[in-house]
Amino acid sequence: MLNSKDLLGIKELSLEEINLILDTAAGFKDVIGRDIKKVPALRGKTAVNLFFEPSTRTRTSFELAAKRLSTDVINFSVPTSSVVKGESLIDTALTVQALGADFIIIRHASSGVPHLLAKNLRVSVINAGDGANEHPTQALLDAFTIKEKKNKIEGLEIAIVGDITHSRVAKSNIYCLTKLGARVRLIGPPTLIPREIKEMGVEVLHNMEDGLKGVDVLMMLRIQMERQGKGFFPSTEEYSKNWCLTLERLSLAKDDSIVMHPGPMNRGIEIVSEIADGPRSVILEQVTNGIAVRMAVMYLLAGVKR
Amino acid sequence: MSKELMNKKDIDRALTRMAHEILEKNKGIGKLCLVGIQRGGVYLAKRLATKIKLIEKKDIPVGSLDIAFYRDDLNIRKEQPVVRRTEVPFEVTDLKIILVDDVLFTGRSIRAAMDALMDLGRPAAIELSVLIDRGHRELPIKADYVGKNIPTALSETVEVQLKEEGFEDRVILKSPSNPTLLKGD
Amino acid sequence: MRIFIRSGHIIDPSQGIDGIGDILIDNGKIKEIHIRSQEQTANIIEELQTDRIIDAKGLMVISGLVDMHVHLREPGFEYKETISTGTMAAIKGGFTTVCCMPNTFPVNDNASVTEFIKRKASQEGHCTVLPIGAITKGQKGEELAEIGTMRNEGCIAFSDDGNPVMNSLIMRRALEYSKAFNVPVISHCEDLTLSEGGMMNEGLMSVTLGLKGIPVEAEQIMIFRDILLSELTGGRLHIAHVSTEGSVNLIRSAKERGVIFTAETCPHYFSITEDAVKGYDTNAKVNPPLRTGRDIDAIKEGLRDGTIDVIVTDHAPHHRDEKLREFDMAPFGISGLETALSLSLRLVEEGILTMNQLVEKMSLNPARILQVNKGNLKIGSDADIVLLDQTREFKVETERFVSKGKNTPFQGWVLKGMPVLTICKGNIYE
Repeated sequence: MLNSKDLLGIKELSLEEINLILDTAAGFKDVIGRDIKKVPALRGKTAVNLFFEPSTRTRTSFELAAKRLSTDVINFSVPTSSVVKGESLIDTALTVQALGADFIIIRHASSGVPHLLAKNLRVSVINAGDGANEHPTQALLDAFTIKEKKNKIEGLEIAIVGDITHSRVAKSNIYCLTKLGARVRLIGPPTLIPREIKEMGVEVLHNMEDGLKGVDVLMMLRIQMERQGKGFFPSTEEYSKNWCLTLERLSLAKDDSIVMHPGPMNRGIEIVSEIADGPRSVILEQVTNGIAVRMAVMYLLAGVKR
Repeated sequence: MSKELMNKKDIDRALTRMAHEILEKNKGIGKLCLVGIQRGGVYLAKRLATKIKLIEKKDIPVGSLDIAFYRDDLNIRKEQPVVRRTEVPFEVTDLKIILVDDVLFTGRSIRAAMDALMDLGRPAAIELSVLIDRGHRELPIKADYVGKNIPTALSETVEVQLKEEGFEDRVILKSPSNPTLLKGD
Repeated sequence: MRIFIRSGHIIDPSQGIDGIGDILIDNGKIKEIHIRSQEQTANIIEELQTDRIIDAKGLMVISGLVDMHVHLREPGFEYKETISTGTMAAIKGGFTTVCCMPNTFPVNDNASVTEFIKRKASQEGHCTVLPIGAITKGQKGEELAEIGTMRNEGCIAFSDDGNPVMNSLIMRRALEYSKAFNVPVISHCEDLTLSEGGMMNEGLMSVTLGLKGIPVEAEQIMIFRDILLSELTGGRLHIAHVSTEGSVNLIRSAKERGVIFTAETCPHYFSITEDAVKGYDTNAKVNPPLRTGRDIDAIKEGLRDGTIDVIVTDHAPHHRDEKLREFDMAPFGISGLETALSLSLRLVEEGILTMNQLVEKMSLNPARILQVNKGNLKIGSDADIVLLDQTREFKVETERFVSKGKNTPFQGWVLKGMPVLTICKGNIYE
């Protein structure tokens, strides 16, 4: 049983709730593996994708997840909407609610927007990524993937590499994996790892070679080109030299370690193609699992009585 | 008040008889499979499969079916039903499926199970085998193989306790006035 | 009109008065004031021919408070607040003199805007309004505004508040030039390059919430710079809204060294921490941002030992719709006039300040810095008087705010002690 009508972040979830979502997702993974990839569980419900930031993969993943539950889906894409005409966020959301939405799946560049909506709306709000705060379904599908491949999460050594400061994926994963008992280490340039993050119970390293020793899971983050030239790092070439996952660096991790990436990848900048396409990569499985996890989230939220 | 309706031996004898009935009606094992409905039906299906193997000296495919997503009461329930695994590791198309459940009551679970099976393929036929039929059908559903027919009041509950779940095998009838089991009743 | 205030506990630090007594007001001025000695139980002043007798038994009687940092929003942002509603809120909060910051639209960087404000204030203001003029044209920090002309028109001090004067040379010139007109230069200390994009205190909480933080150093670096410039020039520096432990330390050591300047803080910097931002409450979004418990302790200590001279509100009202939005898009500011005195009384309750010292921080000291005859109950002074009930408890309910701005993180707080009567410009407000 989930405790809230919304999924705003991993921070707000208890360990029991996380495990419930992961267990439920296993049941849904069976469904999407079949020929008829649909169940009538949430038939007649309506999900609205309210994406203020462009995203094809996450939006499509949510759309498919909803459809597999027999839910109707509307995609509200901001550049073509009335928001451009100056409508306020709250007005847009209230309109969507009035149209009959049961779920609003929101992605926005400002941290805290899902929380603002959740406070002011009756419908279930699902955070599909808010600013530099959280991307909870990504962390849940990452945890699901790790559990599937490694049979456990507790005690694993997990390295997250890249721009931690601006990454909501990193933050959600830090909360989720530490709650599940893994040992998390962050690797990246000092300018992209906030000083205070050590207080979240993670280790911080700046050197790839030191950082990857004995690691069970490598999670690579996308480096945003926009960060270049703003004093965070001098160039993507230099970034790559120091923090790109190469075969040599991968060999420092455990032999049965797995490589993950939330996508989309900058091949050659944070990860080389041989690894992305190689046997240790579970990147495509993450995509498949994403649908099962998102189905589980919607299924469980639908059961929360207002 | 609680009353024991079947004990370990009773259950075992009933399952043995049902295994024979299934084989008799279907003239053997060919093109048959058992699919148990989570959770009680799954254990019973496995036991039936073991008995059938003893009789025919052949394996019969067994699967488990979770019906949570197909229930018709998702909007009314206080909580979402727990989701368990559906494992039907064989093609159901053209096979005759014997659905197995522990208690047949309103028939709604069976309706959901049939919908779930239809999404897995196109079975040649579906038959139903239940340990207990307690009456009070709300849909036109009947069991082909029944362990025991027990007339009940709506306020009563029938519970099938199995050793696979850590109990002693038995079937209990619970009445509302005192829901705890009195030993040696 | 003659008003008689009877049996109140009068506190006037300007005259060293602290005792039960009576005050007679005639025609908007203080005519007589008498403190009773131990034996006297009855009033000394004759109650003859008074139009109104106010029984102040059990209440504190102090000079009306002087708030030298308020945003009245008029001209240009009347949807947030007007001179009329803002001064009404001031009166309700016990303030009888307010100084309004120039970040209006148009900016108060020339005499005609100053004249407009003064005129509006005399027509519609419920309390005395003293305008603060901009230091630089448009508050852009590039060219000095016509400080002398604005001074003549009525500006009592100068500030680019809302913005710092980033260019050190311009700040130097401003401090030097202002000496000719003997006016204080109020500095909003913030290094914009360090605070860029920030919306709350930088720390574990900002990382956890995914909000860009403003490091304490952004304030401290500019405070240090301004102190040195004030030392260099001899200009009358006043540091606005001090919020951090490091800032208090810098101010203290500079004062100990002998540098002459003054500093202010606001009630939110000694009452509430960055925890108020949890849940993305935009009512807790303010600049400088709410800090940590350590900073609160340092601010209290700074008030106690005199490092910080003044408590102001930095009253910053905003329209409800502006705060009901994405955290990073919401404007900074807390509507503070109606809660300031009650929050500050907690310092007396906690033993950080005596009642006398509190009155100094909120009326006498600001009046002295501004060089106006306010903040005192001397005979002949304007009868700006506030009666305070120290025991009365109330719950902060923004629907009952007189200010148009309902944006406060103190909503729902139960506070003890509030002004119950204000006399200003010959009017009595209850």
